[in-house]
Amino acid sequence: MYDMKALYEASSVADAVALRLAHPEAQIIAGGSDVLVQMRSGKRAGKELISIYGLDELRGISIDEQENIRIGSLNSFSHITRDPIIQKYINVLGQAVDQVGGPQIRNIGTIGGNTCNGVTSADSASTLHAWEAVIELTGPEGIRREPIRDFYIRAGQVDLRPGEIQTAILIPRASYENTYGHYIKYAMRSAMDIATLGTSVNVRLSPDKKTVERCRIAFGVAGPVPMRAPRAEAAANAQPVSPELAEAFSQTVLEDINPRDSWRASRAFRQHIAVESAKRAFVESVRLAGGEL
Amino acid sequence: MAEKHVMQYKTVHFNLNGKDVERTVDVRASLTDLLRNDFRMTSVKKGCEVGECGACNVLIDGEAFNSCIYLAVWAEGKHIRTLEGLLGPNGELSDIQQAFVDEAAIQCGFCTPGFILTAVEILESGKEYTDEELRKLLSGHLCRCTGYQNILRAVKKTMYRRLGKEWTEPSSPS
Repeated sequence: MYDMKALYEASSVADAVALRLAHPEAQIIAGGSDVLVQMRSGKRAGKELISIYGLDELRGISIDEQENIRIGSLNSFSHITRDPIIQKYINVLGQAVDQVGGPQIRNIGTIGGNTCNGVTSADSASTLHAWEAVIELTGPEGIRREPIRDFYIRAGQVDLRPGEIQTAILIPRASYENTYGHYIKYAMRSAMDIATLGTSVNVRLSPDKKTVERCRIAFGVAGPVPMRAPRAEAAANAQPVSPELAEAFSQTVLEDINPRDSWRASRAFRQHIAVESAKRAFVESVRLAGGEL
Repeated sequence: MAEKHVMQYKTVHFNLNGKDVERTVDVRASLTDLLRNDFRMTSVKKGCEVGECGACNVLIDGEAFNSCIYLAVWAEGKHIRTLEGLLGPNGELSDIQQAFVDEAAIQCGFCTPGFILTAVEILESGKEYTDEELRKLLSGHLCRCTGYQNILRAVKKTMYRRLGKEWTEPSSPS
């Protein structure tokens, strides 16, 4: 038995919004792999829950009319990894979420829950930042969309307003077209561990594959929320592909990030692995894009 | 200190090991609670109860889930399988269970039902996996006795048998 005050099961998105307004103190539960664990530990004990897990309308991955990749918020990690649209256009996201927890966690954990939880170490978060994902929120006034960087306010706090639930994550065409990326999770063990640092890089090369047209990089655990590294990106954009570029790009990362000392790793160690991961992920992204280094 | 708790119940209908069932459950119950207390499915172990050890693993619509972090009310309409569902009509062991026995993949047995159900998901995919892939697929279970090698061997042996392939066991490490 969970120490739960009450459970409200939403029967539709509109019902979920109504329940959110009727029970403003209640916690939304999607897959529950964070919420139920926190309830068990006492952190969320005695709370009311609004379950949206039954809303199949929030599952499935498609390309919408504006050619965005539309990922319903309740897609589990394992379904994202296996999805043909993800594999074709943004395979790195499938690879990143395939490193969350273990197999059973990847069957229950959802990408919506992973982002609404607001933690910097979420394996999906750095890749979604690096691909400039757009968060779709549905509330009493209808649907609004917001760039993922604005959605994360501070550690554990996202821009989910009264009555709202997250209904989808969108990847715009301009973001995924001709773009290839790689994610590196640095953790103490290969399964059931939280990232010491997560690094997601993607590049779009010129048609002759000699020049970096656009490079984007985002980190998890390099700061209180997932973050892009704009100076490093600027150092790589419009530059010829070369080993020297990989080196310069990865060193510039240190001007952008601000990792902390924690029991998991020191600031100095995180800085060290940030540079090394940035370099390796850049080299792999260029290779996937058809470039030579 | 807290206000009086109002009991809240819900009737759930689902299929358990091939049989349609229904139960009225306290909404605070986990699926582990429901399967153990209401259906005596004692293969579903209470281990860590926070989704880390895999001892409570069951198959829901063919996928492996830790039932300790799954609300009982979410069982509505689902097909759920536990280790008990693998037995033949007269209690015969299935091939994967027999392989666990033959390979000494069991010591205390607490992790075994969870491991076997993940193995069933692996085997029913009909795919052939490398050792590295199998290790990753089995990584959501903790075993404090066997050291995992015999478990990997039992799954691998059954995978090859079901694929109709011969697998010659490498000489065991000293």
